[in-house]
Amino acid sequence: MHSNRYIFIYSSILVIVVAMALTVVAVQLKPLQENNIRIEKMQNILSSIHVKATVNNAEEMYSKYIVSSFVINASANEIKDVDAFKVNIAAEHKKSTDDRKLPVFVAKLDNGDTSLVFPVYGKGLWGPVWGYISLQKDFNTVLGVVFDHKGETPGLGAEINTEWFQERFNGKTLFNEDGKFTSVQVLKGTHNDDPHVVDAISGSTITCSGVSLMLVDCMELYEPFLKAKLKR
Amino acid sequence: MKESIFSPKNLKLLSGPLNLNNPITIQVLGICSALAVTVQVKPAFVMALSVTIVTAISNLIISLLRNTIPSRIRIIVQLVVIAALVIIVDQVLKAYIYDVSKKLSVFVGLIITNCIIMGRLEAFAMSQKPWPSFLDGIGNGLGYGLILVLVAFLREFFGSGKVFGFQVIPDIFYQWGYENNGLMILPPMALITIGVIIWVQRSRSRELIDKS
Repeated sequence: MHSNRYIFIYSSILVIVVAMALTVVAVQLKPLQENNIRIEKMQNILSSIHVKATVNNAEEMYSKYIVSSFVINASANEIKDVDAFKVNIAAEHKKSTDDRKLPVFVAKLDNGDTSLVFPVYGKGLWGPVWGYISLQKDFNTVLGVVFDHKGETPGLGAEINTEWFQERFNGKTLFNEDGKFTSVQVLKGTHNDDPHVVDAISGSTITCSGVSLMLVDCMELYEPFLKAKLKR
Repeated sequence: MKESIFSPKNLKLLSGPLNLNNPITIQVLGICSALAVTVQVKPAFVMALSVTIVTAISNLIISLLRNTIPSRIRIIVQLVVIAALVIIVDQVLKAYIYDVSKKLSVFVGLIITNCIIMGRLEAFAMSQKPWPSFLDGIGNGLGYGLILVLVAFLREFFGSGKVFGFQVIPDIFYQWGYENNGLMILPPMALITIGVIIWVQRSRSRELIDKS
């Protein structure tokens, strides 16, 4: 039988050794992990304009298609000297709407058209959901979307990051005929003909309302910017 | 007398868990992750490899420390070792194979609670020399991995017509009206597949069947 003293010293040493080992590993691998996240972000942005990039060519494709980027605020004024790619959307989401930095990515498509890509961020059932939405040159019609999530239910809410769901957004419009902002809603039932609604996924009501709300909340902030573009 | 490194007794530690003492089909441990990560072969393969590494190294470490570990806190010591190894594996996966690590998501973290690892530490490493413990860890990891990859192979093959992400059922079959079995992708089919594997194994090895 060991004494209490021995047990205390033993566990202290063990914990210190383990903590040091973990720190070394974490610090060593951090640059690689951050690079992975950066590449994934590039892949997501490209995916929203229907460009499929692999891990290896993401950087090259990104510089080819994304010609510029800038950051605006909710009154459509440009914020200077901020790198749109480095804006942390999750952190911005916590600020009040007036203080938020809103990144915009400008993509040059293969057919010569310009497309704008906007990041969106919201909450699903179990955790955050986020994505990118790209608009066609009319600043109204959705070119493509890409969604991802932290931990939605596999087979149900988690399906928002699959192609068959994301395809439903293609060609939907954000503004109605009177120029009023309507966003694209995700609702139950069949809405193939409605230009502002897509069909939700059965069994994932909360995730889908989360996606729906995310699009309204985030795209609303870009409304002044898009309206100004539309008038021109 | 010094025992050779690969004596028959040591080799049995390695081969036993692959068949007659398999952690999943005989000991029925680690079922949770076996159901969750077997939709495709690649994540299952990475999971199997991770579990093998964690069982082998944690067995080795605990066996080396076995005479110093105070018995009153031995479970805590075991958990600290396992948790540290699992975090390291998770970090390495995130750094080198990010896409797979995203698919495995919480299940890498849940290796900590995988009964196979704690079970082997308590039952074997605490009372055996380092080398046999290491082999026992490898054996059990592989035994787990074997079933995992087998289930994943069947599910990916019948569920998506692919193996390791490559299409193996030719397009012409689909044109003739062949359909992927969507049921195979759903979790219940993993349970049924494991059940079938257990059935096949028991009908081949009669000694496994309970006498009663």
